[in-house]
Amino acid sequence: MAGTAHREPARPDLAVSIWRGDAGGAYADYRVPQRANQTVLDIVTFVQREIDPGLSYRFSCRVGMCGSCAMTVNGRPRWTCRTHVSKVAKNGRLTIGPLANLPVIKDLATDMAPFFQKWQAAKGVFSPSKTRHDAIEPIKPSSPERVAADAGVECINCGVCYAACDTVAWNADYLGPAALNRAWTLVNDVRDTGGKERLRAVSAAGGCHACHTHQSCQQHCPATLNPTASIAGLKRATVQAWLKGEIEP
Amino acid sequence: MNAYLSAHRASILWFAAMAHRLSGIGLAAFLPLHFLALGLALRGEAALEGFLRWSDMGVVKLAESGLVFLLVVHLLGGLRLLLVENFSWRSGQSKLAAGAAALAGLVAFLFLIRVL
Repeated sequence: MAGTAHREPARPDLAVSIWRGDAGGAYADYRVPQRANQTVLDIVTFVQREIDPGLSYRFSCRVGMCGSCAMTVNGRPRWTCRTHVSKVAKNGRLTIGPLANLPVIKDLATDMAPFFQKWQAAKGVFSPSKTRHDAIEPIKPSSPERVAADAGVECINCGVCYAACDTVAWNADYLGPAALNRAWTLVNDVRDTGGKERLRAVSAAGGCHACHTHQSCQQHCPATLNPTASIAGLKRATVQAWLKGEIEP
Repeated sequence: MNAYLSAHRASILWFAAMAHRLSGIGLAAFLPLHFLALGLALRGEAALEGFLRWSDMGVVKLAESGLVFLLVVHLLGGLRLLLVENFSWRSGQSKLAAGAAALAGLVAFLFLIRVL
């Protein structure tokens, strides 16, 4: 590379601390060269490929679609593939840890099983009312139900909202923003038949009524969704169902 | 790891939720003292009068204005939550929460001016 024109101005190395080990681990310090348009995922990848091949982390698409690369960056849960270092580094320092509120497997990889178990517990699975032999049901995009479902349907299940939620931290049974947001999209899916069972599931202990309306989920959601609004919708729907005698208190 | 896990709490709405809880605890703690003070009347006029004279002190009036703040911020915070949970979603919740805190502060300040 000697003699090759290098247009990037010289930048000081970043001081990066990365969590190593399981829940009882500690931060390890690394020096990583700064580059233009560098993402936090680029930093982690550099450390693993150039400094410490034993570093474990999770990623896939690198373009904000798959939701697998979420980590805690300087104390805030973020999708790392779409988080530019220039926006989050403080005085040339980055501290990168695993997502909070989930068991740490190793380093930056968390066990997402509790997250998806709660997704299942909130009856986040579509219950079809038709078979493949029936005609496709026309849904008007402007219908109130479709508008409500549209508002929450782009969740990529990255776990950022779950990690940002203090109700999850304080109440191990709380289903969490992503699972409840998913339930709300299905409550508004007119093709779905699991409505009452779903409302029973989300109104039980640890369900939507446990939400403290911190709106941390909305504040941190990388897809700019508002799970708090979905949870508020579930609160209304479950109370209405209870008043009609459709679900038990 | 915990040292860097609190940055996500730096939001008005997180503090609004905490203020709602703490003001509720504060008001609940005040109520027995309030009834205890009223109960002094059962012991006679002198006992209650003595307490009322004691409560004329500036520092007690300052504490009373704090109590007014707790009451108003809890009332307005509760109304905001009832709006969120019983009506269609409205954006701008941070502004509403900040407005509730500001209004509570103003009412407490006006109360303090009036009683001092």
